[in-house]
Amino acid sequence: MVIEEFIKKLETEFEDVQPGVLNPKTNFREIDDWSSMYALIIIALIDLEYGVTVKGEDLIKIETIQELFDFVKENS
Amino acid sequence: MALFPINNVKISGIAAAVPRKKMSNWDYDELSMPEKKLLIKTTGVENRRVAENGVATSDLCYHSAERLIEELNWDKKDIQILIFLSQSRDYYLPATSIILQDRLGLPKACMAFDIGLGCSGYVYGMSVISSIMSASGLSKGLLLVGDISSLTCSEEDKSTYPLFGDAGTATAVERSEGALMNFSLNSDGAGHRAIMIPAGGVRNVVNRDSFEVKEIAKGIKRCDLNLALDGLAVFNFSVSEVPVAVSDFMKHFKYDKEGCDYFLMHQANKLMNETIRKKLNFEIDKTPYSLSDYGNTSSASIPLTIVDQLRQEVRSRSLNLLMAGFGVGLSLGVASLNIDHIVCPEMIEI
Repeated sequence: MVIEEFIKKLETEFEDVQPGVLNPKTNFREIDDWSSMYALIIIALIDLEYGVTVKGEDLIKIETIQELFDFVKENS
Repeated sequence: MALFPINNVKISGIAAAVPRKKMSNWDYDELSMPEKKLLIKTTGVENRRVAENGVATSDLCYHSAERLIEELNWDKKDIQILIFLSQSRDYYLPATSIILQDRLGLPKACMAFDIGLGCSGYVYGMSVISSIMSASGLSKGLLLVGDISSLTCSEEDKSTYPLFGDAGTATAVERSEGALMNFSLNSDGAGHRAIMIPAGGVRNVVNRDSFEVKEIAKGIKRCDLNLALDGLAVFNFSVSEVPVAVSDFMKHFKYDKEGCDYFLMHQANKLMNETIRKKLNFEIDKTPYSLSDYGNTSSASIPLTIVDQLRQEVRSRSLNLLMAGFGVGLSLGVASLNIDHIVCPEMIEI
C-alpha cells in the first residue's frame, strides 16, 4: 500500500478536486468547499477499499492526507 | 441477537401517501451551488415531499389505510389489530392508533397501540403485528407507519433539513397458513444521542430555553426542539453494523441470497446505503431506491420504496424480499418475507 495510490483514490472520489492538487501534506479540511460530505466520502472509501473503520472522533484528530494514510495503515 | 421466525402471517397489501408539496434541494439556499451538487450526489436526495402546516402523520396513514381497505375489499369489521408506528404522533397522549381506530371506522373490538421507532420501524412493526397475529389467531390487521420529519428539522440546519421527506403508509397483514417471515432485531442504546430531539419529552420538559436557537456550526442553527443529527456517528453505525447483522441473519436462517428478488434498505443516504450494499455484494438491480424523489422518509421508507419502485411487480408476481431498517435509537432490524400478488394502489398525494 503506497500513499500515491491512496491519493489517486481520494481524487477519484472528490469529484471537484483536480488530479495533482492533493499531496501527503495537504490538510484535507482546506480543500475548496470542504464540508462534512467529504468526511462521509472518506469514511466510505476507506471502509470499502481497506476494510478500516474511521470514526468521527478519529477523523477530528487527523489533519493531513499523510496522517490519514498512516491511520489506515496502522489499523488495516 | 433476537432472531426468530413467525409463521402463518402474510402481507396482503401496501399503500403509501405523501404530501403534494414538492421541495427541491436545488432551491435550498443555505447551501452554495457546489455544496448543493455535492449534497445531492452524496446523499442522493434531490426532491422531498413536505407536509403543509396542520397535516399530521396520521392523516397520511389514514388516507393510505382507507384506499388499501377499499382496494382489498376488506370488511372493516374483520380488522382486529391496528398499530401506528411513528415518532411524530398526534398528541403527547392519547395514542394516535386509538384515534385512528375511530376515524377509520374500525370496530371497538380492535386492539390499537402505538410504537415509537423511526428508521428501523417498519421491520420492528412487522415483527410485532405478525407475532401477535400468529400467536393469537387474529385474522386481519393494519400496520400504519410513517413520519412527518420536516416539522422538527430546523430550516437553518443544513445537516438535517435537506435530507428528510414526509410520508405515511399502510400495510395490510393477514393470517395465511404456511406463510413464513424471519426477523433479527437489535439495539444499540449507547448511540442514542446520534439522532435526537433533546427537549419536549419528560427528561427535558419544554420551557422557554427550549426555543433558543443556537449556532452549532456554520450552516447549522437549531433549538432543542429540533432534530439533531450526528451524521458521522450514524454513518459509522450503519456501515459497520448493518452488513454484520444482515450476514448473521443470512447465516442463521440459511438464507438463499440467490433466491432474494430485492434487498430493501431504509432510505437513509445514498453513499451509506451503497457502502452497505457493496459490503454485502448485492447487485444494484436488486437494491431499489426512492431517495432521489422522496428523501429519507424515516419509518415509511421501506413500504414507500415498494410503492414507488416495485408497484407493478408486487401486484403481478411472487417476490422474496430481504429488508433492513436502521438508524435512530440506535436500532436495527432485518427481515425476510415473501409477498405474492399483493394489492398496491398508486402513490397517494394529499
